[in-house]
Amino acid sequence: MLEFDGLLLNIYNSLSLWFESLGVPLIWLDLLVMVFAGAVILGVIAVSVLFLVWWERKVSAHIQDRLGPMRTGKHGVLQTLADGIKLLQKEDIVPRVADKKVYFWAPVVCFVTAYMAYIVIPFGKGLIARDLNIGIFYIVAITSFTIISLLMAGWASNNKYALLGGMRSAAQIVSYEVPLTLAVIGAVMLAGSLSMVDIVKAQGPYFWRWYWLPQILGFGIYFVAATAEANRTPFDLPEAEQELVAGFNVEYSGMKFAMFFLAEFANMFTVSAIATTLFLGGWQPPLPGLSFIPSWIWFFGKTLFLVFVIMWFRWTYPRLRVDQLMGFAWKFLLPLAFANLFLTGLGVYFFG
Amino acid sequence: MESATYGKKLREEEFLINMGPQHPSTHGVLRLVLKMEGEFIRELTPHVGYLHRSIEKIAENRTYNQFMPFTDRIDYCASMPSNLAFAVAVEKLAEMEVPERAEYLRVIMVELNRIASHLIWLGTMSLDLGAVTPFLYAFREREWILDLFEMTCGQRLTYHYIRVGGVSRDIPPEFEKSCRAFIKSFRKKVDDYEAILTENPIFLSRTKGIGILPLDLAKDLGASGPTIRGSNYEWDIRKVEPYSVYNKFDFKIPTGKNGDVWDRYMVRIEEFRQSCNIVEQALDGLPESDTIRAKMKAVFRPPAGEVFSRIEAPRGEMGYYIVSAGDKKPYRVKIRTASYNNLQCLGPISIGLKIADLVAIFGSLDVILPEVDR
Repeated sequence: MLEFDGLLLNIYNSLSLWFESLGVPLIWLDLLVMVFAGAVILGVIAVSVLFLVWWERKVSAHIQDRLGPMRTGKHGVLQTLADGIKLLQKEDIVPRVADKKVYFWAPVVCFVTAYMAYIVIPFGKGLIARDLNIGIFYIVAITSFTIISLLMAGWASNNKYALLGGMRSAAQIVSYEVPLTLAVIGAVMLAGSLSMVDIVKAQGPYFWRWYWLPQILGFGIYFVAATAEANRTPFDLPEAEQELVAGFNVEYSGMKFAMFFLAEFANMFTVSAIATTLFLGGWQPPLPGLSFIPSWIWFFGKTLFLVFVIMWFRWTYPRLRVDQLMGFAWKFLLPLAFANLFLTGLGVYFFG
Repeated sequence: MESATYGKKLREEEFLINMGPQHPSTHGVLRLVLKMEGEFIRELTPHVGYLHRSIEKIAENRTYNQFMPFTDRIDYCASMPSNLAFAVAVEKLAEMEVPERAEYLRVIMVELNRIASHLIWLGTMSLDLGAVTPFLYAFREREWILDLFEMTCGQRLTYHYIRVGGVSRDIPPEFEKSCRAFIKSFRKKVDDYEAILTENPIFLSRTKGIGILPLDLAKDLGASGPTIRGSNYEWDIRKVEPYSVYNKFDFKIPTGKNGDVWDRYMVRIEEFRQSCNIVEQALDGLPESDTIRAKMKAVFRPPAGEVFSRIEAPRGEMGYYIVSAGDKKPYRVKIRTASYNNLQCLGPISIGLKIADLVAIFGSLDVILPEVDR
């Protein structure tokens, strides 16, 4: 069927033969592949965010007994495109008292970190830009960069609300990073590898062997912490509209605002994709007999389901207060994550 | 070797935040100047007056009937009670008899408007706490009430329905059926709101024990309505000083225990149910009659004198003090609105809390700015 695994490999092999016959060093081919992969990932992000923004609006609308966007295309599918065009036309306002350089770079850093995480996500069998042997470690490292961009935005805007928002987000993301990483380690211990592809392969094509079952605690911790990492309700304090107007991005307009917006949705997709990879068997079908459906469909199906759950949270729950949020991370999630790690260690030692 | 910064403390300073007049959760044009220490509020100064329209002064240049449309604008989320407050005061001044059917219609409309007003409160308060969905649910139900009002008087926001001496027109024949259907479905909806908010642990942690308003303070500041009832004080003008035909209905006054955000929330949720009871009883007891307005002279001149009368508006006690010189226009009108006094409670109870709590407390006080400024 529509598997890209063999196809991409064949193309690569025939290209390398061709390059050899021309006498060009293979490093050029690798560079070419990198550029190509980068462009494809950019496309994937753009399309997935376009879809997710529309989907969020539709999900929220249906939860709230509304229709949502209906005018632009069938059921408003082109709404995000229209929004994007509108944002492109907007005047790019820089506050007079802002720190101009930092103000400019904050959305760029935010978007680039969101973009970089996509490199090691296995979208399907063989559909991975670069199978780093420290894949999950890389992701944990890269996503931490988001804090810097939010702090930059909060500080550079020279606005008190933005500063409060930036500070909140720094405190929040640093705190939730800890239980998140500990939850990830559980799955890594079971798989015995940090590579995303190896973790997927270690789970096998039977849904009861996926790590959500032995790591049910870790999965829960990961999912809660990931919601906080992606700044989504009930943990969306950095941009708590009712308290801080818009938080760190209050002064941003036009495309710079769109970059933050894009990054938020890209992050939401990333955390769901990682949850899928670590706990839901990645691109593998739940039963071997279902492998006639292409692997990337399984991957996107599972990821979008998790994205839907995160959206569902947002449109159901109120927001936590900032001290409650920190208390929850340090007093509840962290001990639980350690307990999970300990239990996993025992399990691996005795049954592994 | 000592570095240049050794021994110096990190610089700490309080900073001022100007919350409003344009801010998503100051519900209009309230301006709060906050002195903050990080996330904590150290000082709070409300600045009012951004919506001042000199309604009291305008009253001196309008006849009694001409002034009635202005009362709609005092609390535009609850126009019916605002109308009623003025009508009751003028009727008391002129010692006027109001036809019984009109009184029943007034009660029905005012109670429906109380539900509509509380629905706006429910929506905005949950929005302040970050829950977006209850807002749209609340406005969905409010829509039905607005349809009922539109059916009755043609207006959806500023009704000008209750007039001096009665009401402007009778209800259409299909009103009763639609109203009963609404009450029946609304009772279930209130349970839905409770399911989505009351039992939600995040909601509980944001409201329980937050913004406790002690009863003494509430009395000192002249708080009224659900705000003081939340502090465990049975104070409802409908019972204390019955006006219109409220003494004919059987209803309870819900009160809270501690006076925190949660108690004020529960009081209003319970008032939804009590208002439903009153509307149903009023529909059952609605007398058949053709007269819905007392006979008045073409030029209405109440006798000279002064009068104060008050009613229980959704946000608390709304009173009119009218001085008449026997002319067709009032000599002086002073309006006592609940929101002004309830807003005073905000400062003392939110000092030392966080900015997020301030938003929750402000939501729970249900202050509406046109009523504060008039």
